[in-house]
Amino acid sequence: MSTSTSMIEALANQEYKYGFVTDVEADAAPRGLNEDTVRLISTKKKEPEFMLVWRLKAYRHWVTLQKSDAEPTWANISYPPIDYQDIVYYSAPKPKKTLTSLDEVDPEVRRTFEKLGIPLGEQKRLSGVAVDAVFDSVSVATTFKGKLAELGIIFCSFSEAVQNHPELIQKYLGSVVPYTDNFFAALNAAVFSDGSFCYIPKGVRCPMELSTYFRINAADTGQFERTLIVAEEGAYVSYLEGCTAPIRDTNQLHAAVVELVALDDAQIKYSTIQNWYPGDKDGKGGIYNFVTKRGKCQGRNSHISWTQVETGSAITWKYPSCILQGDNAVGEFYSVALTNHRQQADTGTKMIHIGKNTKSTIVSKGISAGHGQNTYRGMVRIQKGARGARNYTQCDSLLIGDKCGAHTFPYIEVKNATARMEHEASTSKIGDDQIFYCNQRGISKEDAVSLIVSGFCKQVFKELPMEFAVEAQKLLNVSLEGSVG
Amino acid sequence: MLEITNLHATVNGREILKGLNLTVRAGEVHSIMGPNGSGKSTLAQVLAGRETYQVTQGEIRYLGKNLAEMSPEERACEGVFLAFQYPVEIPGVNNTYFLKAAVNAVRKHHGQEELDAMDFLALVKSKMKLLEIDEGLLNRSVNEGFSGGEKKRNEIFHMAVMQPKLAILDETDSGLDIDALKIVASGVNALRSPERAMLVVTHYQRLLNYIVPDFVHVLVDGRIVKSGGKALALELEAQGYVGIEAEAAQLARA
Repeated sequence: MSTSTSMIEALANQEYKYGFVTDVEADAAPRGLNEDTVRLISTKKKEPEFMLVWRLKAYRHWVTLQKSDAEPTWANISYPPIDYQDIVYYSAPKPKKTLTSLDEVDPEVRRTFEKLGIPLGEQKRLSGVAVDAVFDSVSVATTFKGKLAELGIIFCSFSEAVQNHPELIQKYLGSVVPYTDNFFAALNAAVFSDGSFCYIPKGVRCPMELSTYFRINAADTGQFERTLIVAEEGAYVSYLEGCTAPIRDTNQLHAAVVELVALDDAQIKYSTIQNWYPGDKDGKGGIYNFVTKRGKCQGRNSHISWTQVETGSAITWKYPSCILQGDNAVGEFYSVALTNHRQQADTGTKMIHIGKNTKSTIVSKGISAGHGQNTYRGMVRIQKGARGARNYTQCDSLLIGDKCGAHTFPYIEVKNATARMEHEASTSKIGDDQIFYCNQRGISKEDAVSLIVSGFCKQVFKELPMEFAVEAQKLLNVSLEGSVG
Repeated sequence: MLEITNLHATVNGREILKGLNLTVRAGEVHSIMGPNGSGKSTLAQVLAGRETYQVTQGEIRYLGKNLAEMSPEERACEGVFLAFQYPVEIPGVNNTYFLKAAVNAVRKHHGQEELDAMDFLALVKSKMKLLEIDEGLLNRSVNEGFSGGEKKRNEIFHMAVMQPKLAILDETDSGLDIDALKIVASGVNALRSPERAMLVVTHYQRLLNYIVPDFVHVLVDGRIVKSGGKALALELEAQGYVGIEAEAAQLARA
């Protein structure tokens, strides 16, 4: 008896002494950023030499930007200065704390789940509750992976891609968003932890919507995420990014980069639903979402469309753009951005027309409620050689209440006289007469607002894949709660 | 069904209704006539519960309840329907979808199961014929880009689908040509029933040629100064409101 007790004690001590302590020492970088941090990340991820070289170049560039105060300040957002030396840039993906039942989940998060109508199994998965054997997302993912592999489609985490397909990474990484692009892109390039990689070979039409949901190792991609999607000649893919559950992430700064490359006749549809923690009613907490997203329509007749529904984050700084390089290339941007309470969003797009007969469409819908500030910032540039280029821009703002703001900054540069540009803009308020009309038909005030908002967003929602559109609608309703008094 | 006693109502502090009395029983059609600014539309808005109008005195009993205490959507759910003088546009919201939300809100209020898309479509189709509503009108956004006539027809179509107990028609005839007027009137007549009361607010007698009321009331300066049958409307048509206004002014002085 006493022998076994002492053995157990010894074992327990041993584990404490070596296992736990060693873990901490080895798997988290110290706070702050320097060349050693970058080296550590690259070593930890067992990256090939070219990655480290690239990361270091990015880091050195970022340092020069920081010294010259090049952190962007032109956006219509305000936040206290970020201390970049007070961030932990690398910690090993640690398993989320496993809960034994949904009862342990934050009741507010659970209420949101219920409003969104997320199935029970899914609720458990999202909140990290141990799931039973029947709901095995890994096996689902494996089945999908097998099907995709048959078609030659690569869909994996960025880290896996660096290990298994270094030639593709070396060819395309930074080819659309170079590390010199902007302050946050440089930071991301130096320290990004993981992300997604997707490659569709020539002539292949991806038979299903690819979603991060089906990606193995999706557990912890961290705050500096990087996504690269390449569609070869004639390929097609629809990619869904996002999560409809409110992520209560403690990381405040998120600086992601997304690069898309479409070759001849290829099409990429990229849909996002973003619902990160927006902070509380008084603007305390919440995510800073500083993202660089850009697609290159490199080939003839290539086609890239961005569809985004942005309802979360305390601050959103995001301009999914298209470089229309190939002749007849098509770029599209459909956006709904909602700011409630103290949220701020400065979002829009850039359409750079280089090839002949290139076409772009921009439909932006901004909704401001509470004290929310919503800015559309968009640029359409027609280069000299872009004969016959066409652009259609529509940006509409909807105001709910009288303490919010909507702002529009369109930039148009035309260097070829054959271009055809159309720009429409409107600002409207949800009128008392509209609400009363709905009330008189039995519809409550809250339902009336969501009905009117959904009508306002219709043009964008119809671009989303079916089930995503339904979720987007519900998400808007949840985000709008408390916006009418 | 509806009993209004000594109703006073203000908008922006200005008194519009100054002691109005009116009793409407199920199955009856009452017409409220009167010159511009007499308070006809105010009465309609007050009954529907528009918040910009304040009831300062008097009482409105509807099916035994105090109507003034109910929210606009509660009133709607309890069967009060207002056909708007100026129907409101809701861009991007499909007319059919809107009506389905409305019907289901009422059903939910009464603890009934919501109608699914199929059942609702059947209901809509049966009412479409009544008003010669074009299918295109159903798939367009609520009132957006509708002509004046289409808007008014759409209001009556809403009424047909929602089957209210008390229907208030606020100047439904304004902006209608004679053909549209006939269609709207025949729609309204088809909805007359022993369980349903109607309050037809109009400036002109013209509409009453097609919707024949059981009672006509003349509203002048916030009060009903004269009530009668259908003949009263014809009398007004011949003589105008001037005589009656003078009479009312004399009464007020006395």
